[in-house]
Amino acid sequence: MSDMTSPPKQSFKFSMLLYDSRYRGITIQIFVLVMVLGSLGWLAGNAATNLAALGKPLRFDFLGDTASYDISQRLIDYKSTDSHGRAVLVGLLNTLLVAFMGCVAATILGVIGGVLRLSNNWLVSRLVAVYVEIFRNIPVLLWIFVCMFTITAIAPQPRDFRGDNATASMLLNDSVAVTNRGIYLPEPLFSRPLGDLNLGIFNMSIELLVLLVVLFGGVYAARWNNARANRIQVETGDRPDTTWANVAIIVVPLLAALLAMGFHIGKPELKGFNFKGGVNMSAPLIGLWLGLTLYTTTYIIEAVRSGIQSVSKGQSEAAFALGLRPGRTMSLVILPQALRVIIPQLISQYLNLTKNSSLAVAIGYMDLVSTLGGITLNQTGREMEAILMLMAIYLTISLLISAGMNWYNTRVKLVER
Amino acid sequence: MSNTLSFVRTEMLPQKTPPASSVGLQGWLRENLFSSVGNSILTLLTLGFLALILSNILPWVLFGIWDAGSLTECRAMFAERYADGREYACWAVVTDRWDQLIFGYSFGNLHEGLYWRPIVGLALILLALSPILYPNLPRGLYIATAASIFLYPWLIWGGSIWGPLTLALCIIAAVFAYRAVAKEVSSLIAIPASLLVLGVLVFFAMSPVSSGLNAVAPIELQPVPSREISGFVLSITIGIVAIVASLPIAVFLALGRQSNLFIVNKLSTGFIEIIRGVPLITLIFVATILLKYFLPSSVNLDPVVAVMVLVTLFTAAYIAEVIRGGLAALPKGQYEAADALGLTYWQAQRQIILPQALKISIPGIVSNFISVFKDTTLVSIVALNDPLGISNAIRSNSDWNGIVWELYGFIAIVFWIFCFSMSRYSMSLERKLQTGHR
Amino acid sequence: MNKSVFLGALTVAGLAAVGASASTLDDIKARGKINCGVTEGTLGFSSRDAEGKHGGFDVEFCRALGAAIFNDTEAVEYVELSSKNRFTALSAGQVDLLYRTTTWTFSRDVDLKTTFVGINYYDGQGFMVPKDLGVASAKELEGATVCIETGTTTELNLADFFRANGMTYEPLPVGGTTEAKAFFEEGACDVYTTDASALAGVRASLKAPDSYIILPEIVSKEPLGPTVRHGDDQWADIVRWVQNALVAAEEHGVTSANVAELSKGTENPSINRLLGAEGSLGEMLGLDNDYAARAIAAVGNYGEIFEKTIGESTPIGLPRGLNALWTEGGLQYSPPFR
Repeated sequence: MSDMTSPPKQSFKFSMLLYDSRYRGITIQIFVLVMVLGSLGWLAGNAATNLAALGKPLRFDFLGDTASYDISQRLIDYKSTDSHGRAVLVGLLNTLLVAFMGCVAATILGVIGGVLRLSNNWLVSRLVAVYVEIFRNIPVLLWIFVCMFTITAIAPQPRDFRGDNATASMLLNDSVAVTNRGIYLPEPLFSRPLGDLNLGIFNMSIELLVLLVVLFGGVYAARWNNARANRIQVETGDRPDTTWANVAIIVVPLLAALLAMGFHIGKPELKGFNFKGGVNMSAPLIGLWLGLTLYTTTYIIEAVRSGIQSVSKGQSEAAFALGLRPGRTMSLVILPQALRVIIPQLISQYLNLTKNSSLAVAIGYMDLVSTLGGITLNQTGREMEAILMLMAIYLTISLLISAGMNWYNTRVKLVER
Repeated sequence: MSNTLSFVRTEMLPQKTPPASSVGLQGWLRENLFSSVGNSILTLLTLGFLALILSNILPWVLFGIWDAGSLTECRAMFAERYADGREYACWAVVTDRWDQLIFGYSFGNLHEGLYWRPIVGLALILLALSPILYPNLPRGLYIATAASIFLYPWLIWGGSIWGPLTLALCIIAAVFAYRAVAKEVSSLIAIPASLLVLGVLVFFAMSPVSSGLNAVAPIELQPVPSREISGFVLSITIGIVAIVASLPIAVFLALGRQSNLFIVNKLSTGFIEIIRGVPLITLIFVATILLKYFLPSSVNLDPVVAVMVLVTLFTAAYIAEVIRGGLAALPKGQYEAADALGLTYWQAQRQIILPQALKISIPGIVSNFISVFKDTTLVSIVALNDPLGISNAIRSNSDWNGIVWELYGFIAIVFWIFCFSMSRYSMSLERKLQTGHR
Repeated sequence: MNKSVFLGALTVAGLAAVGASASTLDDIKARGKINCGVTEGTLGFSSRDAEGKHGGFDVEFCRALGAAIFNDTEAVEYVELSSKNRFTALSAGQVDLLYRTTTWTFSRDVDLKTTFVGINYYDGQGFMVPKDLGVASAKELEGATVCIETGTTTELNLADFFRANGMTYEPLPVGGTTEAKAFFEEGACDVYTTDASALAGVRASLKAPDSYIILPEIVSKEPLGPTVRHGDDQWADIVRWVQNALVAAEEHGVTSANVAELSKGTENPSINRLLGAEGSLGEMLGLDNDYAARAIAAVGNYGEIFEKTIGESTPIGLPRGLNALWTEGGLQYSPPFR
């Protein structure tokens, strides 16, 4: 039988490359590959010629030159005598910072908004709908401008905090100052500091390290305690109460470590032109964060709403029939099922938010685009290198986010089924 | 005695009116706003929030001045009107400059009386869309669709009509070449062959033919240089060019990504993922700064055209994913039926798969158009004159130096009107398509 | 690449071949227009009016070139460029020259393959603060928040100035003048720094100009001038000498009003050579001998341009300062026409 179905033996002919479906695929692929590589080669060749004519061949050594500009919002130490490379790193961290803050805030607001959107309170659900329609139909760049201008126009200047008849005052027992230059928060200080650990690119404070070690030790000990309780439960049927023991195991060493290092809170104080001390979130950071959050939230609200609506009505009716209250129905029955629909949309919104954070360049938040694609590019004149690096970094971030979230996504799916 | 049933009603009771608390305004309020204590609190909080927002914004909007020559005049008028130094909106900037913001420098000012060109262009596009949007209109309107692709650029950029027409002829010639080669030799060779024909015609035959035709029958519009195309006309033009030009690319990318040819699949996937992984602003930087390096030094690419090219590639990657979704949503039986009929790959795609996949992708494509349209504001960062760019230019004129909110407000409202109506349309289409498929 | 060809073909004007080695002047004459790179909007230097027409200090110099080459001030296409893409646009031939408030620096002149051919405005970076801050000198700005526009030399000068004086500061980089000004007015920064030319204009447009002062320190040298590509000396000469002619005209008292009269010939040989009544200086440039007379007739001399666009009679109200003639204590000086 196999002789009947196997193709007739015949010698290879060139026309088979076109007409024989076994070889045609290969022909097409080779043709496409040659075309693509050819055009890429042509583009690259042009670029090499043009750059050589301008006397700036592709070299990345400008990253080692002195940056000589300052950055006010930064997560690691930086001064104007540092290199462009370090300025780029500061920018990258700033991009990640605002993206992280935006994703967290947009998720929280989006979930709340999505639930409110389906609320049986007419006014509230209408208001959320109006918010969604207003914010998602106007470009995010405009919203970033609006947020930035609103902050500077509404929040008081540091000057207003001064004098006997100050028009503004600090919040929360004089520990938080909201100004139009940013928000100043109290910072943790240690009167018996242990110094910093130099990790090459940045300094890690040993206090933080100690606290983390103590915390993880506590958690580990608590887990061991739980395991012991399980064992006893299996053996005897009685489970010893572990709650208070666990709290003590985690909290007491932490408090001891804090006390030993002389922990206290450093409040920001108005000195000279500005508040000094404390943790500063600059106004552009807040403006960008607000703008991105308010815009992205609308998409997350819609994602949450469609996710919840995708769960069939029978599920909630069954839950009600079992006597679950609406809150528990939502958190135990509907949300877990809705998450399967919501999470893929969330991923793409996180990606969008991260990419939209590049609009920071419009309001002067020193992110990756403002440092590498902005001042560094302008000062060094290395357009090709700077923009290619910029794209490569964003691509890496995007791929990492989608990889991480896809991993989570598959995990959620597995747990459910 | 046997009468144990003491009472049997034999006639229906008249219906009672429902209690006053559950009908009418009161009932509606009770059910929708004050159904529980928590709900009532929520309602009151919302009302307070609304009142706070509106009381701050409405007076500023409503008490504005519509009739002044400059910001200084506006301020003087407010000073005259209110002794306590209150100031409201100075909408006069909108009355003064709305034509620039909407039509740009090209049609708003420099060439007086040319408003009709972008308006006719937009009407043409709507006409072109109508056979796609309303399938029961006469099929002949597809000709309008095809024509508008060539007429819209002509209306915007002006110049001789024979340029776009000869280009259309070149494309028609290429299609015939494809058919002929496909019939005589192989459909596989036909694609590169027709592209070759198109390239040769465009490069060598187009400009002599079109200038010759123009010499015989000069039909010309006043040409508009691309850097003068600005305002909302620029945003809309970038959006339309990006969507129209990206559709064919997107179809190929989507098919490529669905294909089981390894290299084609990886190349398409790589292109889509790279484009989708970087922010649009970096691609706009590439367009305005890097693209010149990638072309031979004898070519001077217009920045507006360069931006359109990159935005097109950007859109293509996103629309490819929409179309891929459409392809994946088709039941497997459709593919198998096509195979069973003995159709070749391209025949199956053209006759069976793509028409269905594209139809269910339309809402996704519309929402992509909305985002591209919104994203065109990014070109203001590279000194192109989209509405935001023009608003900067207006402020750098000493008359309106210092005006902020009024311009942003106006631009936001126009964007909102466009995007909201499109999104409504896309939603209704989605509903229609859904019922059509079940 | 098919796509760009397709679009390019639709916009025939979009793709124009420029010969890399051909003379810029020949290109311009063939094109009938000068492509002049200007800012996307800088108060007083280049902006568009309600009619969409360009106007301003830099624009007048472009118009003067139009008059000198074509006897038509309208024979200029203005290409708006951001500070990011200006040099790329110049080196790629998209514009023939920049009159784009571009500071002449060593690295730009040498490394970026551009040639600066003159200085039409001597600028310097200054500071503006609210009066009630009680600051009288930039040396008292320790710890202040400073609004700067990004993408310019301003932020480097600022960093240098504060470092040299051992002071710290908080930079608030802003995308454009509009934003910077709004932030400054709302008190989001204590100090506004930019070129002194722009500072005066910004101050004039604030709600209460009198409550702000411009500090006396000028912390940098910002010579702004026209820029052309390396390697075309004839074109560089034309741009340089048309600008010099406008300065020389002021030195000699030639104005747009009397230029027609004076170009018939005067007792003064310098004026005669300038206006083409004597010698053939214009032909040496590759232009007509009366190129300077035409330029002056069209836009006026340097002083007239200054007065009508940014001078004290305009809302911008800049004093001549460094830009006065050398005979009046300024730096504007034209090499002799001979």
